[in-house]
Amino acid sequence: MALDKFQIAKRIARELRDGYYVNLGIGIPTLVANYIPAGVNVELQSENGLLGMGPFPLEAEVDADYINAGKQTITTLPGSSIFSSSDSFGMIRGGHIQLTILGAMEVSENGDIANWKIPGKMVKGMGGAMDLVASTDNIVVAMMHTNKEGESKLLPKCELPLTGKGCIKKVCTDLGFFEIRDGAFHLLELAPGVTVEEVKSKTAGKLVIAPDVKEMTF
Amino acid sequence: MINKVVSGADEAIQDITDGSVLMLGGFGLCGIPENTISALIRKGVRDLTCISNNAGVDDFGIGLMLKTRQVRKMISSYVGENAEFERQLLSGELEVELIPQGTLAERIRAGGAGIPAFFTPTGYGTEVAEGKEARQFENGKWYILESWLKADFAIVKAWKGDKTGNLVFRGTARNFNPMMATAGRITIAEVEELVEPGELDPNQIHTPGVFVQRIYQGAAYEKRIEQRTTRKA
Repeated sequence: MALDKFQIAKRIARELRDGYYVNLGIGIPTLVANYIPAGVNVELQSENGLLGMGPFPLEAEVDADYINAGKQTITTLPGSSIFSSSDSFGMIRGGHIQLTILGAMEVSENGDIANWKIPGKMVKGMGGAMDLVASTDNIVVAMMHTNKEGESKLLPKCELPLTGKGCIKKVCTDLGFFEIRDGAFHLLELAPGVTVEEVKSKTAGKLVIAPDVKEMTF
Repeated sequence: MINKVVSGADEAIQDITDGSVLMLGGFGLCGIPENTISALIRKGVRDLTCISNNAGVDDFGIGLMLKTRQVRKMISSYVGENAEFERQLLSGELEVELIPQGTLAERIRAGGAGIPAFFTPTGYGTEVAEGKEARQFENGKWYILESWLKADFAIVKAWKGDKTGNLVFRGTARNFNPMMATAGRITIAEVEELVEPGELDPNQIHTPGVFVQRIYQGAAYEKRIEQRTTRKA
């Protein structure tokens, strides 16, 4: 069985390490916050200017002055800090955020990512995605393995306009967990019940099956 | 004391003319100068270039100025959530320049800090880098040259301000407001609460008054929420 979006988030949460400052993108990445392993202390960064993002507020706590990058109302936690957009991206570009988790439309075997623009469609903008992918060494992409047409999103070369070049090293899809290195997707873990054959048939980019590939457990 | 106080939004914007370049603070609808936007609509100035991270929603924020066709060009990082925006963009009535959010913030900061250009890794190898100088630095990484941004008028919203223009922001309503305050030829600050000099702790000032030319207390704040999300007790 392929992973659902909650299981993708749960698997990616295992990439968190104690003491990490982490930026979570919109969509599946946001769900990662629900699966932070016990004993691992991380602080979530919201690029509109908050470190130490707390849960959604209770109805009585809703405050228009406290939102996350998805414009949702949120809360702070003991130890939170608030800063301007330039400080926020200073900490991103300056390498002070240890892990970025974001979604993608396409990822290529050399680590390029496309996630902001589809030619011919209304372009809403890249927001902070280009800054994040250009700056963090440790980026995990969370996405479905194929698009709505069933075509692979793990490609030899991105067809859509790029968000960043050669910057993605890890990808978790509904079919498995991959590392990108030496110009190939290395399959390290399979979703429970998914076969190597299925991954091969749905991956257009160069694929290497790790000799010790194992099945994920939850 | 240098007194920066004006009577209200209409006086604050009296010399904003057609074709002006404006910066407007805020992220989404959070921390936007809503009283000044209302005054711009009353005044009816047109052909504005608006530098703002977002473009509001159909019936609030900059979206209201789009509806009245006062904006010729938007310079933003993300402009979703606005149907009228999309219509004007597709029909060619509105021009849009999309800039990565961190680059937008830094270009504004540079504009206020007297730095004409800087190298950033953001956008290298993408269409954002087209036509820009790229340079490889000693760490082996490639960077592109981005230039400063300035405005005729920077319009910001703070929580509290004093009569000399010192500002304090609240929560994530800070966002782009502090940098924009530094990058306007004239900076207009609207605040929820205008106080006497001395009432704000000098240690806690976010924007020193030197950057602010005009300040007033907004008449009314709706502070609309774009995505109201809550948890159960």
